[in-house]
Amino acid sequence: MEIFLGYVKAFAIGGLVCMIAQIFINKTKMTSARILVMFLLLGVFLELIGVFKYIENFAGAGITVPITGFGSTIVKGAKEGAKIGLFEAVTYGFRNMAGGLTAAIFFGFFFALIFRSHSKKA
Amino acid sequence: MEDKQYMDYIHANAQKSNHVVTLVWAFAVGGVICCIGQAFIDLFTVILPNWDKAKVASLVSMTMIFLGSFFTAIGVYDKLGSKAGGGSIVPITGFANSVVSPAMEFNKEGIVLGMMAKMFVVAGPIIVAGTVSSVVSGVIYWIIGLFN
Repeated sequence: MEIFLGYVKAFAIGGLVCMIAQIFINKTKMTSARILVMFLLLGVFLELIGVFKYIENFAGAGITVPITGFGSTIVKGAKEGAKIGLFEAVTYGFRNMAGGLTAAIFFGFFFALIFRSHSKKA
Repeated sequence: MEDKQYMDYIHANAQKSNHVVTLVWAFAVGGVICCIGQAFIDLFTVILPNWDKAKVASLVSMTMIFLGSFFTAIGVYDKLGSKAGGGSIVPITGFANSVVSPAMEFNKEGIVLGMMAKMFVVAGPIIVAGTVSSVVSGVIYWIIGLFN
């Protein structure tokens, strides 16, 4: 039952984040790049002011699967690195991005090689 | 004149209902994608008990990025995106989509200057914003650490 409730919360908060994005898209005609950057920075901001972990404890994947989670892991890395020294402080954030970026770039390359574009322009 | 008023009325209402429909779609699709992510978190926490939370989170991101890339490659994700809007853009699968989609489209302009360069059309700004925030927040935490 508790696990089920976790999914309900993830659905509700994840859905809410996406719905807020949709409001911005409808009202301002923002492109997906701007939306993604905005929500990444929102994640960075929420993590910096220390609010993110409360939302994460409540909603789990509802806040970590949206790009806000990516922003938050960057700041978490920077925070961890700052305990060691200045070099680690400025590099550990990127280290936390490494997994996601590696996956995106590798699969992007791989799938673009073997699949044809489905876009109507092609 | 009355006709015009009527048309304006219809038009305003149609836009309003379209707006609501897109919000419902974004909410539902975004929610479902987050639930899939939650399922992977739960699964990896069970099958990889000695991994810490951050490493599991990273693996979940990579799995979701794989799925986003795959469904983009077979043409399903962009079809979903035309309905779901923000629901398919904001989750990390949307980030994957924003890399794979231009990579596939510009592949015909060559591997290096087409595919490899253009895959960063949307991902580039995210990497820049992420890296800059990483350095800035790292320096902030480092300076705070000096006084503790």
